[in-house]
Amino acid sequence: MSAVEQGGRRSVTLTSTGIVYLVLVFVVVLAAILTATQGRNFFSTGNLTTILTGTGVLGFIAVGQTLVILAGSLDLSVPYVTSLSSLVAGGIMAGQSSNVLAGVVAALAVCAVIGLVNGLVVTLLDVHGFIATLGMGLIISGYLATNYKGSHGEAPRSFRLIGATRIGPVPISVLIMLGCAVLVILMLRRTRLGMHLYAVGGNREVARMSGVRTTTPVVAAHLLSSVLAGMAGLLLLSRLSVGSPTIGSQGGYDLMSIAAVVLGGTLLAGGKGNVLGTLGGVAIFAVLDNLMSVMSLNAFLKDAVRGLVIVAAVAVYARRDTHRRLARFERPSVTDRVLEEAR
Amino acid sequence: MSAPTVVPVSGARPPIPEHRGGPGRRLVEALQTPGGGVFVLAALLLVAVVVANPSFGEPGSLIRFVGRTAPIAIAAMGQYFVIVSGEFDLSMGAVITAQVVMAGNLIGQDDGKVVPVLLLMIGLGVLIGLVNGLLTTLLKVPSFIVTLGTMLALSGLVLYLTGGAATGNPADSFRNIGRGGIQGVPVLEVIPYPALILLVLAVGAVVLMRRPFGRTLIAAGDNPEAARLAGTTLWWLKTRAFVLSSLSATVAGIILVGYAGVHPSVGRGYEFTAITAVVLGGVVLGGGRGWVLSAAAGAFALELLFSLLNFLGVESTWRDTVQGVIIIAAVAVAGRAWSAGRRPASRSPAGPDPATSPATSPATSPASPGTPVPGTTQGES
Repeated sequence: MSAVEQGGRRSVTLTSTGIVYLVLVFVVVLAAILTATQGRNFFSTGNLTTILTGTGVLGFIAVGQTLVILAGSLDLSVPYVTSLSSLVAGGIMAGQSSNVLAGVVAALAVCAVIGLVNGLVVTLLDVHGFIATLGMGLIISGYLATNYKGSHGEAPRSFRLIGATRIGPVPISVLIMLGCAVLVILMLRRTRLGMHLYAVGGNREVARMSGVRTTTPVVAAHLLSSVLAGMAGLLLLSRLSVGSPTIGSQGGYDLMSIAAVVLGGTLLAGGKGNVLGTLGGVAIFAVLDNLMSVMSLNAFLKDAVRGLVIVAAVAVYARRDTHRRLARFERPSVTDRVLEEAR
Repeated sequence: MSAPTVVPVSGARPPIPEHRGGPGRRLVEALQTPGGGVFVLAALLLVAVVVANPSFGEPGSLIRFVGRTAPIAIAAMGQYFVIVSGEFDLSMGAVITAQVVMAGNLIGQDDGKVVPVLLLMIGLGVLIGLVNGLLTTLLKVPSFIVTLGTMLALSGLVLYLTGGAATGNPADSFRNIGRGGIQGVPVLEVIPYPALILLVLAVGAVVLMRRPFGRTLIAAGDNPEAARLAGTTLWWLKTRAFVLSSLSATVAGIILVGYAGVHPSVGRGYEFTAITAVVLGGVVLGGGRGWVLSAAAGAFALELLFSLLNFLGVESTWRDTVQGVIIIAAVAVAGRAWSAGRRPASRSPAGPDPATSPATSPATSPASPGTPVPGTTQGES
């Protein structure tokens, strides 16, 4: 009885993910109106395709960043991993269709090794994720600057098609990104690893005392984050057809992905949040970027607007009490209900 | 009660001595903490640089090196206040850029405008710090996000207003703050103004950290809830830390105008350099531990490292890589040292012996139960 009552009351209160999507709807409505004042249609197929394409690269990286932040760490090395992945894959492919698989596998393997090292440094050496990944980013950036003077390698036509093909208004690359996001969501909600990730991120000491191996989830989160950043690099390679040593740092993907994750309602301290919110955050950025392009806003002013939006949007729900139950456990599960009745 | 050797705890407890060991031993103990270790690291690097390039060891070029490093050290000390209170300030680089560009555009070749514009710059620094601090504390937005937003907004506006190109050169009297110095000093030849500014600010920072403000700041960084229950007004405390941070960025900007001139990219990456220096100085991210001068020493260690790589003829492109390896290694070692200082405390929580008899045995003395307390504020003892 009381469980039903509770359930009913909880469904009325907005989760932070709910707020993110409300903000997204608000931004879309605003964009539609402002786009209309420019005499253009926001919902035209071409415009929707542009917006969706804009979510691809940041989407991959932000989904990975969500995992790392949930685990209570940070990943500042993503832009350099992205660049490295595009260079490695581009170099191996060298314009030959037969090398596509080898290039993809090699690039992702390199990224996985980097993520593994990040995770091990964070867990075994007990270095704060901020420093460990900042250092790893610097290490890779030094390697890139020394060995690559400019763009390098070439993507064959068959690989470039991934970036160019779309089904209706939806690019294939975005579908792949969403596929990865679904896999990550399933991992978080349905596997032991996912549960442990939330537990370790929420309170490492309590998780350890509860018998959770605290290293595995953190290492796994870093590994997946680097691999997803590598996927973003592959996507950039297929779009640009050459690998570039500066493509990642130019995008500022480290800070932008963290902003998207926090915009999506994930707690920066870890342990609370979800991938769905992050996707909402990425979509908000994409719609805003599109809107500012349509309004032909100065490129530098775009940054200023982005900064204001980040702070304003996070302020909308940051004041809410963060000490409530974890998002993961907001809805009472079957076991909860049984326990309630047993009492 | 029958044990003759152990002093009974009940009854009149022997007064706990203020310090164990003489000044020499306390210095050695302090140098073993991460915050003290950075001074050893800086000294070792200095020796290495002088070996690689003997002319660097001359007093004249050493003091010029201090002048060159001053802006980074000042920025690191500002960042320290924010980090020790448990927050981040990513807007530092953008503040430096904004101040530099403002100085270039507003002062021009008119000496009369130097003072008003200086006041305006300080006002802007206070304003940015207030915005950062109030958004963080009152709106409860994580400081990482707030200062990221300020960074994007400020640098975007600056680049928009300048069109992304170098603009204007302020009057020489203004640039002299960063470039000039007291001439004709014996031995040193010249004392650069930045070195003097650094000295004054360092003394000020040390005094500030010994005042109630500094003590509560460290307490708030260690455990904000406990600090709040103890009656601290957290929002005003942390806001002041943010104001100090952006003010120090302003001072760094004023000095940089003299060195680097006016360019919209002058402050790029400064926030991460400052954070690296602070962390290298043994200050713990998340707050509550570290000494302000260790942060400045971290900046010197970093710059000495770059000089060393330069003199050794390492390709400049590898600088980043070496920097990355060094900060990971430094923090890993520091983490070990902090926890090594803590461990014996939990092993023998109540041991009155070492407190009364200073020199028990050399094996246990560097990490005796008393170490964690001076360890947390080791630099100030």
